Amino acid sequence: MRVELLVNGQERVVEMPPMVRLLDVLRGQLGLIGAKEGCGEGECGTCTVMLDGEPVNACLVAIGQCNGREIITVEGLAEGEHLTPLQQCMADHGGAQCGICTPGMLIAAEALLRRERSPSDEQIRAAVAGNICRCTGYQRIVISIQEAAAARREQSEGPR
Amino acid sequence: MDGAAKVLGTAQYVDDLSAKDGELHGATVRSAVARGRIRGIAFDEAFDWSGVTRVTAKDVPENIVQLIVDDQPVLADTVIHHVYEPIVLLACEDRAKLADACAAVTIDVEPLDAVLDIASSLAAKTVVSGEDNVQTRYLITKGAADSEDSETKIDEALAACEVVVTGEYSSHHQEQLYIETQGMLAWWDEAGVHVTGSLQCPYYVHKGFKRAFGLEGDAIHVTQAVTGGGFGGKEEYPTIIALHAALLAKKSGRHVRMIYDRTEDIQATTKRHPAACEISTGCDRDGRLRVLKMRAVFDAGAYVTLTPVVLSRGVLHAGGAYSWQDARIEGLSVTTNTPPNGAFRGFGAPQTIWAIERHLDRVARELGRDPAELKRQNLLVEGDTTATGQVLRGSVGGEECADKAFASSDYFAKRAAGPVIEGRKARGIGASLFMHGGGFTGSGERMLKGRVAVDLQAGGRLLIRSGSTDIGQGTETVFSQIAADAAGIDVSQVSFAVPSTTTVPDSGPTVASRTVMVVGAIVEQAAAAVAAQVRAAGRDDESWVDAADRLLAEHGELSVLKQYEPPSWVDWDETTYKGDAYPVYAWSCDIAEVEVDLDTFEVRVLQFWTAADVGKAINPVMCRGQLEGGALQAIGWALSEDIVWRDGHILNPRMTNYIVPTALDAPRFETILVECPYPHGPGGGAKGIGELPMDGGAPAVAAAIEHATGVSMDHLPLLPERLLLASMAGTTSQGAI
Ligand code: FES
Ligand code: FES
Repeated sequence: MRVELLVNGQERVVEMPPMVRLLDVLRGQLGLIGAKEGCGEGECGTCTVMLDGEPVNACLVAIGQCNGREIITVEGLAEGEHLTPLQQCMADHGGAQCGICTPGMLIAAEALLRRERSPSDEQIRAAVAGNICRCTGYQRIVISIQEAAAARREQSEGPR
Repeated sequence: MDGAAKVLGTAQYVDDLSAKDGELHGATVRSAVARGRIRGIAFDEAFDWSGVTRVTAKDVPENIVQLIVDDQPVLADTVIHHVYEPIVLLACEDRAKLADACAAVTIDVEPLDAVLDIASSLAAKTVVSGEDNVQTRYLITKGAADSEDSETKIDEALAACEVVVTGEYSSHHQEQLYIETQGMLAWWDEAGVHVTGSLQCPYYVHKGFKRAFGLEGDAIHVTQAVTGGGFGGKEEYPTIIALHAALLAKKSGRHVRMIYDRTEDIQATTKRHPAACEISTGCDRDGRLRVLKMRAVFDAGAYVTLTPVVLSRGVLHAGGAYSWQDARIEGLSVTTNTPPNGAFRGFGAPQTIWAIERHLDRVARELGRDPAELKRQNLLVEGDTTATGQVLRGSVGGEECADKAFASSDYFAKRAAGPVIEGRKARGIGASLFMHGGGFTGSGERMLKGRVAVDLQAGGRLLIRSGSTDIGQGTETVFSQIAADAAGIDVSQVSFAVPSTTTVPDSGPTVASRTVMVVGAIVEQAAAAVAAQVRAAGRDDESWVDAADRLLAEHGELSVLKQYEPPSWVDWDETTYKGDAYPVYAWSCDIAEVEVDLDTFEVRVLQFWTAADVGKAINPVMCRGQLEGGALQAIGWALSEDIVWRDGHILNPRMTNYIVPTALDAPRFETILVECPYPHGPGGGAKGIGELPMDGGAPAVAAAIEHATGVSMDHLPLLPERLLLASMAGTTSQGAI
């Protein structure tokens, strides 16, 4: 099957049997290794990417469902090496230890911050509840996301 | 920087390394019975085996996994000791064909009686190892028990006490569940064998290859890929998967990558040792603890792996953070036909600390005292002696931790007010006090001789070369900070070499809370020594960079290699188990506030306070992250993580049914850093804290549940159904329900 995708702002076309997992296409053909496979069954969230703005588990999405849709992976967040406030906060406030959950966590957080300017602690925890982190105890992740929300508000309210 | 790569998504874990031409995927065919004799291996003749590489025990030059005892084969040959024992390895370029090939292998096994838990192993009706299934025994004696006839003497001492309390406590398996499963990439060339992958201890793998392949050290190249968590699970196990990948690579002449899926990882890799402990203590009416008698039995699983060392740390922490005048602590490990247990953060201490903390809660109940107050009364302080007779020489922060945690959580007021019951929810609070020894036990560091090199590079930069790995705990950042401070340069001027046995010296394994405290101390010395040479050579008007570049131009290279020397006073007798078990301890007090649903017995930890004496927090953000992450693993162990067994098989080898805490399950953490510096620690006195936070969470949660509901639990895990049963059986202490 021929599938046309908008991946991190670029048009990409792949020829694939429709049931191949989006995760395999991203990590294979498209060479985007950011999303990881921690479980392969929708439980860990390390494979989280945005599909038309919604976070999904790429291990559970068939490529056949993706024709004409927009995908954003962790690689699509930064501009080159320039970290977004969310990435910077995650690095500065201890939100990433071993880093294996980080790409998925960042996508889940980015999706939240796009719809909530000032998420509460509870909203943040609910937004990343599908993303398992075994290292941090989550508190540093929650703090990172709160700091990122504050930085984004400052950016959008600041002088234009 | 490493941090940036992780948030950019560019960090390369082993599964992310680009595929080499002709690379094969590797897979393992395992046993299906817990114990048996292999009669034969059949490869289905109807299957097209072209393009499939097959490896069996016959292909292993020396079929031994190098560890403490030579009991574990790389591939099982004649006898099967557990259900997930590897027997055949297969590799193929095509994943689907590889799966079919695995299904085309039949292993013919004559089943034998198996021993599946501690009780049946101890009973020894079926003997599966040695004469009686017992692998290792330790005995610690102090005071009255310091006698040939230690058992009688300790019983006499107990009998002379005003209050004697006895109890039994047990704890269960725990899976590390690092989010990156285990994986290795292996290939051979004229330089020898190369393996790159997810691991904590490159030199363990190196030793494993020397032994199994009979290779010289310089023909073995072990490199760490970015590693997605370890927690001990990637201490000894990676040697096995690396050997497997390398066997397939050798036979096929290709690159071979083996990546376990989650199910295989949970099934086959090591877990925390279950333990059963019996304790009797004697104390005065006023709560002064006097006599401890304890026996701890650890379930080793099918092979010895690191069990003797785990058991050793277990018994050395068995007396808890308390002062005992007379003590007899016996530890033994037994074989069972379950996958070998191994290293996991805490390394034996969480099991015995669970037991002693729960026991003291029981003593407090007996005396009508608040348990935390009783524990605070008996805490070890500077100048006291531990059960091994070690005199604590300082950096003893137990009391300060306790007082800060009590104050921050308003512990005593909440305890006094009793459980808060609103509708069907009851809230309660509980505490644990504990300590954890930093570095290898006893003379371990002296024998290990960990080494680190610091090189001067162009532009006045420093390169740290160390076999200590970063598995997410921040080694790279903290070492860079230590070196920068020691040299008086900016941290951006320091880099950390990728740990590879070809280019870095053996710093000893990345385990035992030793990385910052022990290896960090030699990083500090080596960096200071390089800096001293630069500054000594520098001319008055010369900048650091100019002096460094000139020195390099004159000498070609400048590198300082330092070897660890433990403090000279460390004195440990391995045969009598007496003396300085660890040069120093980190101390902590955990307090959990929980809410229990009185209908379903679901438990939520609402808030969790930790006050931890870390010596000196070199990087407070990372230090807190370690303490909080460790505490959540302890909470998971207490409340939800449970391996379900049947006939030696794991019934829940998936993340769907092995339940680790999510962000919604995690409590709010209030983490207080207490600093009682250790004079030999780097950065002004840092102590090892990697394992400490694993020790106290479970007993604090259990004490809080008891406060909330009156249900007193002695056996982990504290699952709702077990709490419900216990409450119905009336194992309650205060009759709150
Ligand atoms: S790999 Fe997709 S949720 Fe775990
Ligand atoms: S940082 Fe390791 S799993 Fe989240």
